[in-house]
Amino acid sequence: MKYEPVIGLEVHLHLNTKTKAFCGCSTQFGSEPNAQVCPVCLGFPGSLPVYNQTALDYAIKVALALNCKVQEHTKFDRKNYFYPDLPKNYQISQYDLPLSMHGFLDIELGGQEKRIGITRVHMEEDAGKLIHQEDCSLVDFNRTGIPLLEIVSEPDLNSPEEAYEYLSTLKSVIEYLDVSDCDMEKGSLRCDANISLRPAGSKTLGVKTELKNMNSFKGVKDALAFEIGRQNKLLESAETLLQETRLWNAKSSETLPMRVKEGAKDYRYFPEPDLPALIITESKIAEIKNTIPELPKEKMRRFIKDYGLSEYDAKVLTASKWTARFSEETMRKFSAVNKKPVANWIIGPLAGIAGNKSCEISALRISADQLVDLIELVEKKQVISNLTGKVVLEEMANTGKHPQKIIEEKNLAQISDSTSLNSVIAGVIKENPKSVADYKTGKANALMFLVGQAMRKSAGKANPKMLQTLLKERLDSE
Amino acid sequence: MELYKLTAHELLEKLKNKEITAEEISSSLAKRIEDVDVEVKAYVRTPEKWGQKRGQSPEKGDSPLFFETKGIPVSIKDNICTDGYSTECCSKILEGFKPPYNATVINKINEAGHSFLGLKCNMDEFAFGSSTENSCFGPTRNPWNLESVPGGSSGGSAAAVAGDEAIWALGSDTGGSIRQPASFCGVVGLKPTYGRVSRYGLIAFASSLDQIGPLTKDARDSALLMNIISGFDPLDSTSINIPVPDYTKDLINDAKGLKIGIPKEYFVEGLDPEVKSIVEEAIDKLKGLGAQFKEVSLPHTEYAVPVYYIIATAEASSNLARFDGVQYGLRAKTQGLIDMYKKTRQLGFGDEAKRRIILGTFALSHGYYDAYYLRALKVRTLIKQDFDNVFKDFDCIVTPTSPTAAFKIGDKVDDPLKMYLSDIYTISVNLAGIPAISIPCGFTKKGLPVGLQILSRHFNESALFRLAYTYEQNTEWHKMKPKL
Repeated sequence: MKYEPVIGLEVHLHLNTKTKAFCGCSTQFGSEPNAQVCPVCLGFPGSLPVYNQTALDYAIKVALALNCKVQEHTKFDRKNYFYPDLPKNYQISQYDLPLSMHGFLDIELGGQEKRIGITRVHMEEDAGKLIHQEDCSLVDFNRTGIPLLEIVSEPDLNSPEEAYEYLSTLKSVIEYLDVSDCDMEKGSLRCDANISLRPAGSKTLGVKTELKNMNSFKGVKDALAFEIGRQNKLLESAETLLQETRLWNAKSSETLPMRVKEGAKDYRYFPEPDLPALIITESKIAEIKNTIPELPKEKMRRFIKDYGLSEYDAKVLTASKWTARFSEETMRKFSAVNKKPVANWIIGPLAGIAGNKSCEISALRISADQLVDLIELVEKKQVISNLTGKVVLEEMANTGKHPQKIIEEKNLAQISDSTSLNSVIAGVIKENPKSVADYKTGKANALMFLVGQAMRKSAGKANPKMLQTLLKERLDSE
Repeated sequence: MELYKLTAHELLEKLKNKEITAEEISSSLAKRIEDVDVEVKAYVRTPEKWGQKRGQSPEKGDSPLFFETKGIPVSIKDNICTDGYSTECCSKILEGFKPPYNATVINKINEAGHSFLGLKCNMDEFAFGSSTENSCFGPTRNPWNLESVPGGSSGGSAAAVAGDEAIWALGSDTGGSIRQPASFCGVVGLKPTYGRVSRYGLIAFASSLDQIGPLTKDARDSALLMNIISGFDPLDSTSINIPVPDYTKDLINDAKGLKIGIPKEYFVEGLDPEVKSIVEEAIDKLKGLGAQFKEVSLPHTEYAVPVYYIIATAEASSNLARFDGVQYGLRAKTQGLIDMYKKTRQLGFGDEAKRRIILGTFALSHGYYDAYYLRALKVRTLIKQDFDNVFKDFDCIVTPTSPTAAFKIGDKVDDPLKMYLSDIYTISVNLAGIPAISIPCGFTKKGLPVGLQILSRHFNESALFRLAYTYEQNTEWHKMKPKL
C-alpha cells in the first residue's frame, strides 16, 4: 500500500522585546548565568507578573501577518507541571482563549502554491536552561520569562520538503516583521513536528509521533524523512505504531523514543488569576496592522512588476528582508531599464561570497552604489570582463574599496585596443599550430580553445568579445 | 503612661504635640510583648533572651524595636514579605526564607513615616485555617481566654492588637482571615475591596480572593491605615487604578438615612443563639441611631462554602507548587529530583496544606475541571450578582461575622469541615470581591467577644467606616481590654 505523510508543525519563537514577558529583566542573549533575573521571573513568593505591552503588540503583529483572527477576548492560563527549569512550577501560557486562531501561510514548492492552515498563535513565557554536570545539575534562569510565541500549523503538510518550505517562509515573514531573531542555534526559534502516515487518499489520521530536538530546518526535514521511512516499514510489516515522542539525533541521523513518562500528561490548566483577561479592541488591531511592512510575497510580486524580474529571481531576492532591501536599492540605482544583471550579480557571485562568510548580503562591505558601479563597469562600459568583475567583487567585499579603485590599483582594466590584442593573438597562433590546423578543418571547439589561451596570456584582461572577433578574422584570412 | 494601650491616632496626636517620642512607644511595646507574649504567642521567632537584647547593638534582621523606630510600628502577618526579615508563612517549607524585597504595603508604610515592628505575627500555615492552630510554630491563644483560639488565619495579628502587643497590624483575608479573628479577639478588622490594596509581596494563597487589610483597635485607626496601604500598584495587575479617598473623612457619627439589608440566609440554623441575640441587639442600636433596616435575600449563599473550597484550593495547589526545594526554603536531603520534590513537600507542608493541595489538584484535573472548577466559577458569578442586586437598593448589609464566638483550642482542628463552617459568613464577600469590616459588638456570657460584620459594594469602604464609626461612638465594646 502507498502511504501519505501528514505533518503538522509547532514553532516556538522568542520575541525580541528588550524586557521579559512579565517583568523588567533584560532578554539579552549570552550573559553570565542568572545575571538577568528578579523575584518575578524567579517565581519568588509574593511576586506578581505584569504584562509586557510590546510583547503583546508583537504577538498581535505576527498573528495578523499570518492571517489569523485576533480574538477580542483573550486570557492567560497556568500550565502546571514540575520541572526545575520552571521556577513557579507552572508556565503562564494560553489555553482555551488564545490570542488568535484560524490563519494561514501560503508556501510555494516546485512552482505550486499551497495554503497551510495556522491553527493558533498564542503567547507564553519561556523556561530556564538546565546544565547537567557529572554530580549535579545547574539551572540558568536568564531565559526564564522571555516572551514566546507558539505558532501551531494544521496538519496540512504532506512531505519533509513542504515542512522545510513552510519553516523558511515563516521565518522570512517573521524577519520582515522584525519581532524575532529566528535563530535556531540560539534557541530563539524552535520547532517540534507531529507526523503520521495514512493510506494515500484516506481521510482518517494514523497514529502520530511527536518529533523533538531538531536544531535546524534541515534537521526537521531529515527527521521527518527518517520518520516516514520508519513508520512506513512498521506499517508494511503490519506492526503496531505507538503514539510517542521521539527525539532526533543529528549525529546518528535517526529518531529515538524519549523515555516514556507514566500516565497521561495532565497540565491542570486554569485561568491565571494574577493577570486580568484582555480585551483587544478593533482600533488596537488596526493600529498594529498599520505597522506591518510589505511582506515577502507582496514584495516578490512588486519586484516582478516594477523591475521585470522573473518569478524565480524575485523570490530569491525577497526571501530575506535584508537582501530584498539591498537588491531594491541596487536596482533603483542601476540606470538600465533591464534589471536582470543586478539580480544575476546578487543571486550569483554576491550570494556566493555572503555564503562563504556565513552572513547576510547586506552585511558585506559593499554598498548598493558600489555594486551598481561594478555592474556598469562590466555590463555597460566593458572596462572589465565578467570574470574579472567577480574577482573585483571579492576584493570589494574584503576591503570595502570602490571597484574603480581596485581596477586601477591592480591594473585590471580590460584591453580593448586592437593593436595590443593582435599582438597577443599572433603569439597564440604561433604557439598552437595544432589547434589552428584543427580550426581550419572545421573544428569549432578549436576557436574557443584559442580564445581561452589568449585570455590567459592577457591575464584575463583582454576584452573577450573583441578578442574572439579579431582571432576569427585573423584565422579566416590566413 | 502605658503607651502600648493607646490607639495609633492617640499616639500620633501625642507625637505631634511632642508629648512623647517614637522611642518611648517602641520601648513600651517591647516591654509589653516581653511580658505577655509568652502566654499569647501572637508573634513568631521572637528572639531568645528578649530582655538582654534591648539596648545592644543591632544585628541584621533584628527588630527595630531594639534600636530604631519611627512613627507607629505596624505588626505584620508572616505571609507579607519584609526585606531581609524571615517571611515563612508559618510553614516549615519556607524555613529561613528572607525575601530580598518588601511587599508594596511595607514600602507604603515606610513612606508614610511609620515602620515595620520587626516581628512577624503568627498565622495558620499559608493562611489555611480559621484558628491559627495550623502553624509550624504552634497555636496563638486568645487574649480574652487563653484556652480559646484567636480565630484565623490572621490570629497572631488579631491577638497582638487585642492583647495590646501591637498598636495596629496587617493581616490578609482570603475567606475571612482578617474578619473572623477580629471578631474572636474583639478588634476591628477590614477586608478591602479586591484590587484596593496591592498584593505584591503577599505570599499567595488564592490569588483571586486574597487581600491585605488592617486589624486595629478602632475604626479611626482602620481608616488611617487604609489611607496608607490603599492604591494602584504597577507591580500588581489586579490592583485597580481609581483614586483613594481620605477615609478619615468618612468617620461621621451619623447613620441617618443609611439603608441596610439583613440577609435572611445568614440568620438560620448553625448560628449560635447567643451570638444571634448579641448581633440583633447591635442592629437595634443602629436602628435607634437612624439607620433603616430591611430583610434582603442572597439566594446563592448556601453554595458559598463549596464554591470557595474549590476555587481557593485550586489556586492554592498551583501557587504552592513553587515550594519544591530548588531555590529557597527547605530542601530535603535525598537522591534524585523526584525524591527531592516528594520528600521536601512531605516534610515541609503541614496536614491542612497537604489536604488543600490535594483537593485543589483534584478539582483542576482532567475530567473533573468542568464539573468542579468551571462550575464553581459560574456559581461565583451568581453569588456576585446576589450582592449587586441588593446593593442596587441598599448601602450596606449587616451580618454576624462568625456563627460562634471563639472556640477552644483543639476543638475543631481534627474536623476540617466543622472548621470550614467557621467562615460561612465571611467567604461570600471574598468570592464577590466586595469590602467588609468586623467590629466588636458585645460579649458572650463567658466573656468572649462577638463581631458585627458590615458589607458594602465594590470600593465603598466609606460606607463601612461611617457605619462602624457611628456604632463605636455610641457603644463601649471596642474599649474593653482583656486581663493579661
